[in-house]
Amino acid sequence: MSAITSTLEAYQQQLRSNRLGLWLFFISEAFLFGGLLAARFYLWGNSRPDLDQALGLTITAVLLISSFFMNRAETAIAHDDRKTFLESLLVTAILGVIFLIGVVGFEWSGHIKPWHGAYGAVLYGMTGMHALHVLSGIIFILIVWNNGRKGHYSGERHWGVEACAIYWHYVDLVWVFFYPALYLIGTVVH
Amino acid sequence: MRTVLALGIVKGLIAQIIGTALGMGLVIVIRLLGGRPAWEAEPIVVVGALVGAIGLLIGAGVFSDWFKWTRGEETPMRHGPPEGKPAWTRYFGVDYSHKVIGVQYTVTGILLLLVAGSLAMVFRLELAHSGIQFLDAATYNTYMSAHGIVMIASILLGVGGMANYLVPLMIGASDMAFPRLNALGYWVNVPGALLVLAGMVVGGWNTGWTGYPPLSAQAPMGVQLFFLGVYFIGLSSILGAVNLIVTTLRMRAPGMTLFRMPIFVWAMLATSIIQLTATQLIGLSFLMVVVQRLLGMGFFDPSLTNEAIILGSTPGAPVLFQHLFWFYSHPAVYVFVLPGLGIISELLPVFARKPLFGYKWIAMSSMAIALVGFLVWGHHMFVAGIESSLRVPMMFSTMLVAVPTGVKFFSWVATIWQGKLSFPTPMLFVLAAISVFLIGGLSGPPNATVSTDMFLHDTYWVVGHFHATMFGGFVFPFFAAVYYWFPKVTGRKYNETLGKLHFWLMTPGFWLQSLGQMRIGLLGMRRRIVDYDPALGIDTGQLLITIAGFVIAFSVLIMLYNLITSARSQEVAESNPWRSRSPEWQIPSPIPEESYARPVVIVGEPYDYGLPGSVYARMSPVGASGAPE
Repeated sequence: MSAITSTLEAYQQQLRSNRLGLWLFFISEAFLFGGLLAARFYLWGNSRPDLDQALGLTITAVLLISSFFMNRAETAIAHDDRKTFLESLLVTAILGVIFLIGVVGFEWSGHIKPWHGAYGAVLYGMTGMHALHVLSGIIFILIVWNNGRKGHYSGERHWGVEACAIYWHYVDLVWVFFYPALYLIGTVVH
Repeated sequence: MRTVLALGIVKGLIAQIIGTALGMGLVIVIRLLGGRPAWEAEPIVVVGALVGAIGLLIGAGVFSDWFKWTRGEETPMRHGPPEGKPAWTRYFGVDYSHKVIGVQYTVTGILLLLVAGSLAMVFRLELAHSGIQFLDAATYNTYMSAHGIVMIASILLGVGGMANYLVPLMIGASDMAFPRLNALGYWVNVPGALLVLAGMVVGGWNTGWTGYPPLSAQAPMGVQLFFLGVYFIGLSSILGAVNLIVTTLRMRAPGMTLFRMPIFVWAMLATSIIQLTATQLIGLSFLMVVVQRLLGMGFFDPSLTNEAIILGSTPGAPVLFQHLFWFYSHPAVYVFVLPGLGIISELLPVFARKPLFGYKWIAMSSMAIALVGFLVWGHHMFVAGIESSLRVPMMFSTMLVAVPTGVKFFSWVATIWQGKLSFPTPMLFVLAAISVFLIGGLSGPPNATVSTDMFLHDTYWVVGHFHATMFGGFVFPFFAAVYYWFPKVTGRKYNETLGKLHFWLMTPGFWLQSLGQMRIGLLGMRRRIVDYDPALGIDTGQLLITIAGFVIAFSVLIMLYNLITSARSQEVAESNPWRSRSPEWQIPSPIPEESYARPVVIVGEPYDYGLPGSVYARMSPVGASGAPE
């Protein structure tokens, strides 16, 4: 969704810049999430808190499946299939909301609280920063969905969809690193 | 009056006040709903400050186009001043032209320089004599901390100013790749700076600009606004870096290969790599202290509650903060000096009328400094309980920085060698920069060596070293750049006599200040302390440093007087007074709204000064549009 360009050639020029810019932003964000991971290993070392494994596995699966629907949405609009595009976007957003409920509603109401030493600080710091990104991703999806519903985007011009999709996959990828760091690596001390 | 009320900055400030009130009210409502007492200063002030800062951005109109995009509306790019309003108003509102944004950055940077400099003048007066004169310890601590961070903000804005104004012009581009993002990148600094300054009045803080916990976890509330303010200023670095890298990689004029770019663009590219990545870590470390104070998340708290012990939790670790913090804050000094060193390399060939010696080596040395800079952060922590296995590797990697920096020095000497030198004000400041940066550079290795650092750490030696690197690496080159491009930006000549007076006051003043600080440091003066023992015998030294500081401050005021009166004078500058080969000097001054009416084509090497018949940039024939072949 570039507003400043009129010809397709100019659009594609801007598109290449947009893509590069978005990836640079991801590199930047990688240092944020990398810093959190570093804090986890620095503070937790080879131990980890006793978290609900079933819950962790479930929300991870939900988030990974959501990326499939995000990809389906993007492929659909690239083929001008608006119906599949809108449906898949909604499914992605719903799965994202389920993930958020899993983290904020269930994980955060467990026995570990933010003020419980380094366990609490890192657990809430990592899941909180990631949840914030998931939330912004859901808002992004809903904006794109709303514009798509009004007839915006086409097979040739759908930068807004593309950016939203890559962002969603990126946030998903971050969780692929966060999940084992929080739930799997290290031993539980009782 | 109406015009003033319609200015972006005025609307933004009003929105900030409303936003702050809303944010504070929100916390009070939540607290009341949770059945807690309505007032607790810290969470209310922090959330108020955060919402207020976002309010400023919305009120100023930074997000207006993007809000329209979310509703699916198209927004054509605005060019020129706002319709029906005087041209000056665009400098006080959201404007998308990189030339306007560059000036906004630079002027805001100089304003902050004055604020931070004034703070230094106040505590230099206090330090001029042993014993307590007029500052109590808490006020001294706040002033000293604010001096540090406001200067850093000022430098970052100065860097942003040079980058935004110069890089698109130097590469022959019409603007930055993302003009709206560019505007946001500037505007987030405004609430950022305001929050830091507001921190001084809501209790101040006593942590220095580094904000180490556990002290910052217990400091007065001002430290929270300092953290938040820095967060916004850091956001500017990241957004600016994205924009600059994309602009440099994607928008160069035809014929401008990477190794035909003006050397300042290389310096900014290297700088941007640091800003893009490392900035996240200072943001993260500050955010962690913010939430530790607000929510009790004990990242840096080594004590454990009984509940946490039952859960088997490990404790927090204060040293972790220093790792995260210095992972940005050491490379950050290269963010400050790389652009300045780029300015030195950019200006020397013009005033020596000779090719820049070893262009490719200079370009690569900037990259090398930026990349090695990521591996040296531990040298700030030799006495802070860092893992002892990290000490010697960090010492060696720090020493390694001297290699690419040495490449730059030798290139400068070789460029000056047998040149046809002329000495207008910008050249004088370039030479002063080299001399001062040499002092700063040579005083570095003793700090990087573990054994000597044990003694030098936390003394005024470090203060002298640091100020020499900042003045040599940024302040002097920045002033050189201001004088050099002033005719291009304003279309007016500056007063050469006043410019030279500025130089002759500031350069010896700075040598005295910096070497004096190193000397009293060796004699036992600790840094960040409001008072010292007269038995140290450094009263005279302190007095001289204070006098030198005031001479520097006075010389900066001369510069401002010079720039302001010159900009208002009628003395029109030539379009290329320095006989530069760079594209921006081949077009009229001040530069028209559309910088290059005819696209630039690069046909030669950038610094072939003195080579007869050589051409760098050529304007394509009238009527040609798009990229000429």
